[in-house]
Amino acid sequence: MNLSLPETSDTFFQGNSSLGHPLLPGVLDTSHRVILYLEEVTVTFDGFRALNNLSLAIDAGELRCIIGPNGAGKTTMMDVITGKTRPDSGSIYFGQTIDLTRMSEPEIVTAGIGRKFQKPTVFEQHSVFDNLELALRGEKRVRHSWHSRCQGEQRDRIAEILETIHLLPMARQQSGALSHGQKQWLEIGMLLIQEPELLLLDEPVAGMTDEESEQSAELFLSLAGRHSLMVVEHDMAFVSKLNSRVTVLHEGSVLAEGRMEEIRHHPRVIEVYLGR
Amino acid sequence: MDSHSSALPPEKQPLLSPLAWKGVGLYAILCLLVVPLLHLLLDAHSPWHISAYFINLGGKILCYAIVAVALDLIWGYAGILSLGHGLFFALGGYAFGMYLMRSIGRDGVYHADLPDFMVFLNWKELPWYWTGSDHFFLSVLLVLLIPGLLAFVFGYFAFRSRIKGVYFSIITQALTYAFMLLFFRNETGFGGNNGFTDFKRLLGMSITTPEMRVTLFVLSALTLLAALLLCRWMITRKFGRILTAIRDAESRVMFIGYQPLWYKLTAWTLSALLAAIAGALYVPQVGIINPSEMSPANSIEIAIWVAVGGRASLIGPVLGAITVNLAKSWFTVSFPEYWLFFLGLLFVTVTLWLPGGLISLLSRLRKGES
Repeated sequence: MNLSLPETSDTFFQGNSSLGHPLLPGVLDTSHRVILYLEEVTVTFDGFRALNNLSLAIDAGELRCIIGPNGAGKTTMMDVITGKTRPDSGSIYFGQTIDLTRMSEPEIVTAGIGRKFQKPTVFEQHSVFDNLELALRGEKRVRHSWHSRCQGEQRDRIAEILETIHLLPMARQQSGALSHGQKQWLEIGMLLIQEPELLLLDEPVAGMTDEESEQSAELFLSLAGRHSLMVVEHDMAFVSKLNSRVTVLHEGSVLAEGRMEEIRHHPRVIEVYLGR
Repeated sequence: MDSHSSALPPEKQPLLSPLAWKGVGLYAILCLLVVPLLHLLLDAHSPWHISAYFINLGGKILCYAIVAVALDLIWGYAGILSLGHGLFFALGGYAFGMYLMRSIGRDGVYHADLPDFMVFLNWKELPWYWTGSDHFFLSVLLVLLIPGLLAFVFGYFAFRSRIKGVYFSIITQALTYAFMLLFFRNETGFGGNNGFTDFKRLLGMSITTPEMRVTLFVLSALTLLAALLLCRWMITRKFGRILTAIRDAESRVMFIGYQPLWYKLTAWTLSALLAAIAGALYVPQVGIINPSEMSPANSIEIAIWVAVGGRASLIGPVLGAITVNLAKSWFTVSFPEYWLFFLGLLFVTVTLWLPGGLISLLSRLRKGES
């Protein structure tokens, strides 16, 4: 049998530049400015809708704050983005092409999404330096872990991050001995050292002193542009300081979105969240 | 960049501290020279003579110490408590026991080509899975292959399903129990509840000579040393740091891009292999292997040695295995009915007042001195 393919297929597969740009599998494509899409995502736990048709988009380089009352679905949203929880329906894309709902947690990390947990999670028995060394970008397979040595450039990189997170003098200390706020920073440092495109920060300034929280705000603002950030926070003063777009979640979907001043005067937001 | 280097830790971590190297030297002199020579050269009436009983007991305890080190690798460093390590130990023992059974030849009670228990069951030929047990090297291969494969497959499915903590421990306990029931059956083809015994030779040489006794003792001592150095090497590598990181915060490990499955599986399988080697060395020294080695209580006892000695220290579990087993061989002779009470009491005492085990007592003393 001699089947001839339609003529158009040839030019289609060769990639005509007038049709757009080549799409490379596994490579982040932010050509449409958006780095993260959530479309009509629903997650149900025993009949309770933790996320209800949630749609949200974050631009590349944007700093976005997410606020909302307890149980609004903030942490569940982080869970579905990072692969910890699978959505019942809806799609989640990283850039234009990477489908996060089909990837495991480590794969999502390697693709370029870093996550800080609500409770600071560092390796308490390891030194501050070792925590960062393990988080370094690069080969993560068992085979590599036998002869991997942390030298030269990598040490410089760790020292650089240690300075950014104000922990250089504590490099040799066991991280379990750090204060709550310092652990938060160390965890943020472990994310930064991987140079992720998108950072998800779940209550990053909880337990920090006013001064530490001030320094964190400066750090996040300096990161925006190079990285995209999504900050879940309860501390309104801190959110105001970041002066970014704010999304209010309520009962698993977006209630309002806009600048902090607009949000403050939004009648529904006052009713369900700010007013209380 | 050099301005930072004072604040950063040194680049290399030594395999062992100078003190530990001295310990290794002392251990080598004692176990590889002094003990063997005192047994072989001195007359039995000499006060310095070490009797066959003590060589055997020593060799047995060295094998237990290897299992303790194996369990420490997976429990102490990766936080995975196996209550089924007795199974890998026993499987290693059985695999080598098959070779020892075949080496009896026609010197058994029935003077037949088949092992006695098969004659007793009226079997006419060797089951297919006994093929290869005539050859020493194939048998040594089986010692590694069977427990290694079982551990790999079991571990793969358990870790992939993210079974952790108590659930994992209970499943390992059930696994060893299931195997014990299987091996109790005569039809399984491993001698039923009597297991294997009455060994005569190893590599054509009589198994009861002092030279053979000392050889097995020295081999056990060398294997223990090798196991310790191997585990120590592993934990001083990045591999070890990731393993302890998994123990302390597994979700964080995943969220910095590692697949914990393969790290756990590597440590788990290696640990099972070490236990199997210990079992293979144990069987010719005690002269018997039967399904009771797979009883859940045996595996729990291994965990007690590690807890008593001190987890995540490698040398602690060796200390624990020696202390508990010396106490056991004294107790079971002097007050057999109180042994289990004593063991329970020891475990409770250590858990409540000495969570770091005996080894933490030593480091506390050293701190007190300086």
